[in-house]
Amino acid sequence: MGLQIAFWILAVVSVVAALAVVSLRNIFRAALFLILCFFAIAGIYVTMGADFLAGAQVLIYVGAIGVLIIFAIMLTREGREGSPSGRLRVPALLIALIFLITMVLVVTGTDWGAVTEGSSGPTTSAIAEAIFGEDSGFVLAFEIAAALILAAIIGAIVLVRDK
Amino acid sequence: MAIGLEHFLILSAVLFAIGLYGVLAKRNVVVILMSIEIMLSAVNIAMVAFSRYGQFITGQVFVIFIMVVAAAEAAVGLALIIAIYRRRKTVDADKFDLMKW
Repeated sequence: MGLQIAFWILAVVSVVAALAVVSLRNIFRAALFLILCFFAIAGIYVTMGADFLAGAQVLIYVGAIGVLIIFAIMLTREGREGSPSGRLRVPALLIALIFLITMVLVVTGTDWGAVTEGSSGPTTSAIAEAIFGEDSGFVLAFEIAAALILAAIIGAIVLVRDK
Repeated sequence: MAIGLEHFLILSAVLFAIGLYGVLAKRNVVVILMSIEIMLSAVNIAMVAFSRYGQFITGQVFVIFIMVVAAAEAAVGLALIIAIYRRRKTVDADKFDLMKW
């Protein structure tokens, strides 16, 4: 019962915060609402029993990406223009609504079979086993991800470096 | 009414649609990047939901890789925005037309 109440509160908070991100004119406030949205999503991971991912969500999204976006807003302050909508506002709204209706119809119309809730123990060791396992692991993908992060860091430094 | 797989999937679809609207409609490039992050998070919610209700841990492994790619994308994207802002003094996506013909 407690988890259900938590889910509904977190779902409403995350959707309202996401709507605020795309509708507020003040970019800085939009960034703060984005961080609130990430926090609510971390809470949703907790309601799904994904404890490791909730921690990673707070560290990476709330911490790193949130600060990065606020930095970018501070460095690209332009006049008082804020975040206006472009000419494609109405078609974009239409496309988003069509997508949403399609997805809701598909999700509610699909017979998901006998889906049962998994056990809600700690997931960290299970994830580690899945990534670094001997036979069916993701070790190569993990190493490629490390190389990707390194390339992204070097690329970002090269891009913003003063000539 | 118990919370089931459908609830998480519909929440994921709602967040993805909001992000999609933001990407298509907004002119400020930073807001477009923020909307992309919302879309990636929405996909993550769907992944974790399938992982929990299908009882495969692989979904959560994929979420970790999506987070890695999202962090790299945010770093490079914001660096690009700052580099363009230095040259053009704008972050308006309608004015980034150097590669248009």
